Amino acid sequence: MLTILFDGIAYGMLLFILACGLTVTLGLMNFINLAHGAFAMAGGYITVIMMNRYGISFYWCLPAAFLVAAVIGLVLERTLYQWLYQAPHLDQVLFSIGIVFMAVAGTDYFMGGQQQLINLPPELSGRMEVMGVGVGRYRLFTIVLCALLAIALQLILSKTRFGSRLRAAVDDRRVAMGLGINVPVVFALTFAFGSGLAGLGGAMGAEILGLDPNFPLKFMIYFLIVVSVGGTSTVSGPFLAALLLGIADVAGKYYVPAIGPFVIYGLMIVMLIVRPNGLFARGGR
Amino acid sequence: MSEIVLETRNLKRRFGAFLATNDVSLKVERGARHALIGPNGAGKTTLINLLTGVLPPSEGQVLLEGEDITSLASFKRVKRGLTRTFQINQLFNEFTPLETVALAIAEREGVGHNLFKSISSYSKITDEAASLLAQFGLASVMGERTTILPYGKQRLLEIALAFASKPRVLLLDEPAAGVPEDERHEVLQIVSDLPADVTVLLIEHDMDLVFSFADRISVLVAGAVFTEGTVAEISSDPRVKAVYLGENA
Amino acid sequence: MSLVQEPAMTAPSTSPETTSRAAALMKRRSRIRFYEIIVWVAAIAAYFLLPTKMLILTEIAILALFAVSLDLVLGFAGIVSLGHTAFFGLGAYVAGLLALHYVAEPVTGLIVAGVISGVLGLLTSFLILRGSDLTRLMTTLGIGLMMAEVANQMAWLTGGADGLSGFSPTAILGLFEFDLFGQTGYLYCLAVLFVGTMIMRAIAFSPFGLSLKAIKGNPMRAGMIAVPARKRIVIAYTIAAVFAGMAGALLAQTTSFVSPDVLAFHRSADVLLVLVIGGTGYLYGGIFGAVFFTLIKDWLSVITPQYWMFYIGLLLVILVLIGRDRLARWVEYLPERFSKKEGGQ
Ligand SMILES: Nc1ncnc2c1ncn2[C@@H]1O[C@H](COP(=O)(O)OP(=O)(O)O)[C@@H](O)[C@H]1O
Ligand SMILES: [Mg+2]
Repeated sequence: MLTILFDGIAYGMLLFILACGLTVTLGLMNFINLAHGAFAMAGGYITVIMMNRYGISFYWCLPAAFLVAAVIGLVLERTLYQWLYQAPHLDQVLFSIGIVFMAVAGTDYFMGGQQQLINLPPELSGRMEVMGVGVGRYRLFTIVLCALLAIALQLILSKTRFGSRLRAAVDDRRVAMGLGINVPVVFALTFAFGSGLAGLGGAMGAEILGLDPNFPLKFMIYFLIVVSVGGTSTVSGPFLAALLLGIADVAGKYYVPAIGPFVIYGLMIVMLIVRPNGLFARGGR
Repeated sequence: MSEIVLETRNLKRRFGAFLATNDVSLKVERGARHALIGPNGAGKTTLINLLTGVLPPSEGQVLLEGEDITSLASFKRVKRGLTRTFQINQLFNEFTPLETVALAIAEREGVGHNLFKSISSYSKITDEAASLLAQFGLASVMGERTTILPYGKQRLLEIALAFASKPRVLLLDEPAAGVPEDERHEVLQIVSDLPADVTVLLIEHDMDLVFSFADRISVLVAGAVFTEGTVAEISSDPRVKAVYLGENA
Repeated sequence: MSLVQEPAMTAPSTSPETTSRAAALMKRRSRIRFYEIIVWVAAIAAYFLLPTKMLILTEIAILALFAVSLDLVLGFAGIVSLGHTAFFGLGAYVAGLLALHYVAEPVTGLIVAGVISGVLGLLTSFLILRGSDLTRLMTTLGIGLMMAEVANQMAWLTGGADGLSGFSPTAILGLFEFDLFGQTGYLYCLAVLFVGTMIMRAIAFSPFGLSLKAIKGNPMRAGMIAVPARKRIVIAYTIAAVFAGMAGALLAQTTSFVSPDVLAFHRSADVLLVLVIGGTGYLYGGIFGAVFFTLIKDWLSVITPQYWMFYIGLLLVILVLIGRDRLARWVEYLPERFSKKEGGQ
């Protein structure tokens, strides 16, 4: 029971790290980036290549995955995304689906369509007993790392100058510009950072979520649920939404395998009926 | 006899911590030509939004002809005879003025749900739309796309569109703003010529227009009703002048 | 309390020319355009001129019906859907199962598939009423995926990953047998496409269709002229689901096979692409887009059978960056152009 809960939390925390970049893109730039998962996939494949081809330590792969995904994000933001911030949502949707398709087919071409496996360092594999509960070491590692990241994010947003600029820009773009904030730079950095986090999440999640070229398509719905349920105005909203989703998904698949795959859709529908404006959305519309 | 058609009770609306509408209790009589004035940012538009259901109030009630409509959707309020114009044009850019007004008439007549009959086959609707547009000087442009019309024409369409619903209570949010000088009086004349039992609530900054049009005036300041009275009372009230001169000069 | 009221303004001053000009303008909206005639003449000519191309022509007709149905949701009501294939796929399975177990007559299957898909559309339409574009994307995508998962889980009924086969439709209405070359199949699909397009065309020019565009154009003002937006969206979404289901049924009937691929996400994306290639908001965009898309995809799958998805993605990106509006405006340059004057999309 507790093990399931534990796994669910690890899963949810991963989802949060994966999706939180998307909440910022959405809240800040009002951009619906369905290709967010592609950045995560990039991080995952970087890890696979570095570990399996070059034998580099898993611990080095994580920052590398972050950096590479962030750089890809930065380049794409500057070259393509930035032109579409004002575009209708339909355009953003079409554009980012296009990116997803290209990423999926491209990855398939270079890496093949099979599921990728990584060999975790021995100290992270296997299980151990913590107060009578069997926990996977890697899941514990994931939870600790993701929790640290979430706290760091919260602190960055609430305590630093960049964070306050970011929040100013999220609240009102024109006001932010009036205050002399260089909005395009804030946007670009944020986009890169969000993509980097996705890349990191992809690297960490390769073990738990699996990794194959269809990753961006498979997890698109999870990201959308986290973001629309959690809202875009806080860190805690998406965090709780991701946890809820992770626990429900894992528990559903474990206890009622027959309807397990439907748990997330059920959650989605219930949420729509009960709280159509998002579970943790700021009041009003 | 004075019968109250539109009433608010302790209406409040917050934006975050900011109180844009502060405990407004307003009564508008049937057939009144009621003006709502106040400096910019006083919350006049917000009040109209609350009355028409564009925004939900944080607290309080809205009553139309004695019935509580606080949680009624906009379109149902329009069906009950309450409509408005917007301070900032809210039009259908890709429609022509003719289509715009024809649709409003079709909805008023309850044929908007008709799936298969072409709208052009309702000749009565077309005729009425044409004459309404002609009345507002829009006949010559009725087949153009709205978005390419000059601002003044769009402004007139904004008002004509509210007329198309044949409201019994009409709320006008700075209708004259942006209407060319020479057409302003004409527009307000059309409003004045509405049947005596149509109630009009007018927001307007031009005091000459207000004093010539209104029979009753409410002054809104910082979200709350500052004072209310007849034209004579308000025009001679030094505090009102102070409010305007102090904050709007 | 009645709505009836003294006419606020009788305007005896309205000149007769104004009135008749207004009538003419309104009539002109729904006039049959030149390109409409071209489309249908070309479709019939193709039957005689390209006897070896029946399969791809059939594919185009089915995709066109699917895309035209999406236009009602996207081009008219302004709802971006990532799961329109839920209805297409459901229609395909219903038609397949019906032919397999009960009635193999195609028109019956078509109607039943349309009705059942319509019921799903009606039920799910309530979920897309509220909320932002983002929530709607989530909802439509979720419903699409959920349907795919249902089909996958109910393998005993749907054949699971192997798909549904072993049925073959009998003669249409008991009169027209399907032939080996797909000629009957093409004419059948074309006829359904024609009837469907004509029905949706009538809707487009009705007060209802106009009110949908009003909701899309400015929902706040639409409310202020008494348009009951939710009711209208529910109806439009349901009708779109009916025709999408019928398109799916056509696919099942003409191929005698239902692959689980009918519910795959890429189909929802493809049909969006089809529609934006051809242009939204005037129905025929779905038909033009289907022709273009099917030909491109056919060509791509010959030169790069495995990775055509990459090029579809590239096409999407380019389409958006160039500006799909600009691309889709080509139809205006056809004789008797459609949208500039009349305020279509
Ligand atoms: N949607 C909103 N969100 C936040 N503040 C708002 C909103 N609408 C209006 N306000 C604020 O409420 C106050 C009143 O605005 P408004 O009703 O437009 O005033 P008026 O019409 O009298 O000029 C202003 O300070 C304005 O900034
Ligand atoms: Mg105002």
